[in-house]
Amino acid sequence: MADNSSDVIDAVIVEEEIVFSLSGLCQAAGASPAQVLSLVDEGVLQPDGDAPQQWAFTGPSLRATRTALRLNADLALGTAGAALVLDLLEEIAALRARLRRAGLE
Amino acid sequence: MEFKDYYATLGVQRSATQDEIKRAYRKLARKFHPDVSKEADAESRFKDVAEAHEALIDPERRAAYDDISQRHARGETFEPPPGWDSGFEFSGRGGAGPGGQQAPSAEDFSAFFESIFGRGGPGARPAAGGRRQAPGSDHHAKVMIDLEDSYRGARRTISLRVPVVDLQGHVSLHDRQLEVNIPPGVREGQHLRLAGQGGPGHGGEPAGDLYLEIALKPHPQFRVDGRDVYVDLPVSPWEAALGATVAAPTPSGEVHLTIPAGSTQGRKLRLKGRGLPGKPPGDLYAVLTLTLPRAGSDAAQAAYTALRAAFPDYDPRVAQEG
Repeated sequence: MADNSSDVIDAVIVEEEIVFSLSGLCQAAGASPAQVLSLVDEGVLQPDGDAPQQWAFTGPSLRATRTALRLNADLALGTAGAALVLDLLEEIAALRARLRRAGLE
Repeated sequence: MEFKDYYATLGVQRSATQDEIKRAYRKLARKFHPDVSKEADAESRFKDVAEAHEALIDPERRAAYDDISQRHARGETFEPPPGWDSGFEFSGRGGAGPGGQQAPSAEDFSAFFESIFGRGGPGARPAAGGRRQAPGSDHHAKVMIDLEDSYRGARRTISLRVPVVDLQGHVSLHDRQLEVNIPPGVREGQHLRLAGQGGPGHGGEPAGDLYLEIALKPHPQFRVDGRDVYVDLPVSPWEAALGATVAAPTPSGEVHLTIPAGSTQGRKLRLKGRGLPGKPPGDLYAVLTLTLPRAGSDAAQAAYTALRAAFPDYDPRVAQEG
């Protein structure tokens, strides 16, 4: 392991500055290409580009992929079930944000 | 070392069937899964539950655990002498789910778990040994930063405990410190990528990357919503009614804020671009909170009396116009 402890490392914000290829997303999320493909099929991930070789995933795809894989593995939801949970989680987050804005939470 | 009662963790009898164990795990996993649970200690509860499941769902491990816990119940020490487990054959089937997804907390199983089963979790697979040529794997960790760090950017020293596998396949935890420049504007739930700081590559291939998931420490004063930041701003009735210029706190320092005359409770005053930095930056909202002074003195009582006299038709229980 590279020991760069004396150097200061510049961090990059994934969600804003990074676009993943299919293999890049697989590497970053610890996913297999088949898992990513099934998330694309479910509409969880919406890459730009026509063929998998040209796919470009936005930064937030990393979080979506990792969460879907965790839900799938820990709760045995299947890809469709994980996709539904992700949608519901997003909706809950939006509702909580409204509560926070209203000072109710 | 603390003895762990895995049956109690899952809330099942010692005589539970494998199906009952699976059902109990699923139920608790849904309740405490960190991705879906809002319980305060969800993450640690989920780890406990996942560890108990990992120990009991595999019949070989369960048999070994039962043996140890019986001796524990008889008052014997549960710490196994070296080689005690020679009678049990572990097939090395870890908790890897379908597709090789790592079990959630394999690296984090307790010392108790490891003392019995070794670091048998999938996170500890000594995959490094036989690999010929492969780029290093990407690693993930969480860091908690202050709201002020996100406003200004920050240099933080981050400590990570990473499992390291030696040539014999033994695993040990190494502390590793990284000094990181956190860019301004990073928000809750976003990820930072530290290029080349993940697992080492093999056969001349490059190292993987390290991803840090950002959590913002709850702030006593400011509430954060994406890029926008909210703060309650207490004002007196006359400041709200007549207008005033008051000092308002923001994470980047105090600003002077004009309260328009005729303001009411809960009115939001927007300070454009004073939220978290970014392209575009977020906004800061000061939410007016009306406070009433106590009618403690004669003069104060006289003032409230005059106020009552000035609003003979005012009924707070009836919705007011405008």
